[in-house]
Amino acid sequence: MAQVKLDGVGKTYPNGFEAVKPCSFDIEDGEFVVLVGPSGCGKSTLLRMVAGLEDITAGSLSIGDRQVNDVDPADRDVAMVFQNYALYPHMTVRKNIGYGLKNRGTSAAEIDAKVQDAAKMLDLGALLDRKPSQLSGGQRQRVAMGRAVVRDPALFLFDEPLSNLDAKLRNQMRIEIKALQRRLGVTSIYVTHDQVEAMTMADRIIVLNGGEIEQIGTPAEIYHNPASKFVASFMGAPPMNLMDAQLENGEIKLNGSAALTAPAKQDYTGPVTMGIRPEDVVIDAAGPTPFTIEIVEELGAHRLLHGRLAGHPFTVHVGKDTTATTGEVKLQINPDAIRLFQPETGKAI
Amino acid sequence: MKRAGFTSIWLPVALLLPQLSIIAIFFYWPAGWAVQSSFYLQDPFGFGSTFVGFENYTDLTANSEYMRIAWFTVVFTALVTFFSLSIALLLAVKADKVIRGAKSYRTLLMWVYAVAPPVAGFMGIMLFHQHTGPITDFFKALGWDYKILVDYNSTATAFIIVSVWKQIPVNFIFFLSGLQSIPRAVREAAMIDNRSGVRRFWDITFPLLAPTGFFLLIINITYALFDTFGIIDTLVKGEPGNNPMTLVYKVYMDGFRGNDLGGSSAQSVILMVLVLVLTVFQFRLIERRIHYS
Repeated sequence: MAQVKLDGVGKTYPNGFEAVKPCSFDIEDGEFVVLVGPSGCGKSTLLRMVAGLEDITAGSLSIGDRQVNDVDPADRDVAMVFQNYALYPHMTVRKNIGYGLKNRGTSAAEIDAKVQDAAKMLDLGALLDRKPSQLSGGQRQRVAMGRAVVRDPALFLFDEPLSNLDAKLRNQMRIEIKALQRRLGVTSIYVTHDQVEAMTMADRIIVLNGGEIEQIGTPAEIYHNPASKFVASFMGAPPMNLMDAQLENGEIKLNGSAALTAPAKQDYTGPVTMGIRPEDVVIDAAGPTPFTIEIVEELGAHRLLHGRLAGHPFTVHVGKDTTATTGEVKLQINPDAIRLFQPETGKAI
Repeated sequence: MKRAGFTSIWLPVALLLPQLSIIAIFFYWPAGWAVQSSFYLQDPFGFGSTFVGFENYTDLTANSEYMRIAWFTVVFTALVTFFSLSIALLLAVKADKVIRGAKSYRTLLMWVYAVAPPVAGFMGIMLFHQHTGPITDFFKALGWDYKILVDYNSTATAFIIVSVWKQIPVNFIFFLSGLQSIPRAVREAAMIDNRSGVRRFWDITFPLLAPTGFFLLIINITYALFDTFGIIDTLVKGEPGNNPMTLVYKVYMDGFRGNDLGGSSAQSVILMVLVLVLTVFQFRLIERRIHYS
């Protein structure tokens, strides 16, 4: 177990492409940190630099008290779970799990005991003598987990480990991985492009875009106070509604239509991008804002109403008890839930 | 799922016919003739033949020269196969790691593939020439009184070196593509599990290359047994004398120089059976132990 410290860590490829701009953050001992972002944002490159599979071209990386920039991947005391599991196809499950221990000079009896423990923990007992080709996707995933767990490393690295599983299994494994990490208390870095995984698993989320960190925060902070338009639109399903508007004297004017009260103490005047989460809006016949419902998306536990507000695409989230049909309604928007961004830079005001 | 099928028998027959007729004309027919004539003693001038049963075969086992050539063929095949596979594997592993100029490096290594065996033989004649050959000079500098075509071992060395050189590019191409088909993540997982690159090679890379290696083993044994004919014929300039030769070359010498068609046919039937046994043995025994993912 260990804390991880990144100090200006960046990656520039020999052709001049800067995949990861120098970034700095610390990960606490035992913390579960999720790196999330769209494909090509540099999250996997960052993880691979921590693993040692990719050279670090700028800055300093420490695991525990040790700077590991030039340390061999096998000596960093990390274990990695890969997207396609990367099991050794010619080895049985037992050998797959034990391979890392064998190379660290662990005695055969100890390897056997540790493999048995890991197999018990992951419910792999009956599969130890099978080859990876005889396993289902979920079972392979467990073996990959077992290979990481058995080593008892200082740091777990997960590279989109659930993206090859079907939706049901993914939900189940998500909980299992999180529970396992809690139980073992091993510091973990988890890379995903799935914002639901990020929200549900993380102690802290790091949102990346274009090789740069957009925001670092707890899932609640990221969700409720996005630092930029990008974070607002990337996190949450459906995403935050974003609309161009004018801010004047503490009032938000949407495209000539009804004015809204801005969140408290706004002395800014000029164009803004207004953001509001779909669930921070209620349908209220006495409300001030007209909304045209075009499509009702039935999701069982709740409904999503897609339509237009002052000419902008807009989504409203209502409970299953609120019936809705297409057509005109009035909305009440909670002013405390409104977030404002600068239109050009996208940063929160 | 609906299975596509042919409505009439004639279309599949017509599609298979070219392949089947090639096999029939160039393999089954001559093979059948060889089996038949191996039971006859042919008149050297082609005036007639006498049925002698298995005499051609029993003569061979009693013939010490034939047994000597058979032994040489075994040693030659083993050495050529071993060296061409291991050198090609080494080159492929190294080429796989090259990043800068990888394409030109690979192309240079593959070039030899385009050289025909007799041409390779001619290059061998120049390189191993008794007075002007640079390799002869090299061996002499090492203190070996190297005399191709005069000394048995000198000639055998030349056979092996030229044959290995000719076969390396084929093996190299297959090994390289085999290496590149190993998933990157599997190698990376191994890098985290094991510090030693050499151990990683033997634990992970080599077993995953085994299917390629098995295929190449058969190809290389067949090559050493049969396809080295052109190289040997050129190097000994058609006059082997007391120099070593392989069984295939012996078939040619006895049949077409010695005009002993019966004995020569018996030898080629033995070779056919040998290859058959070898193939069955390899597929049955070795394939079972090899992982195919």
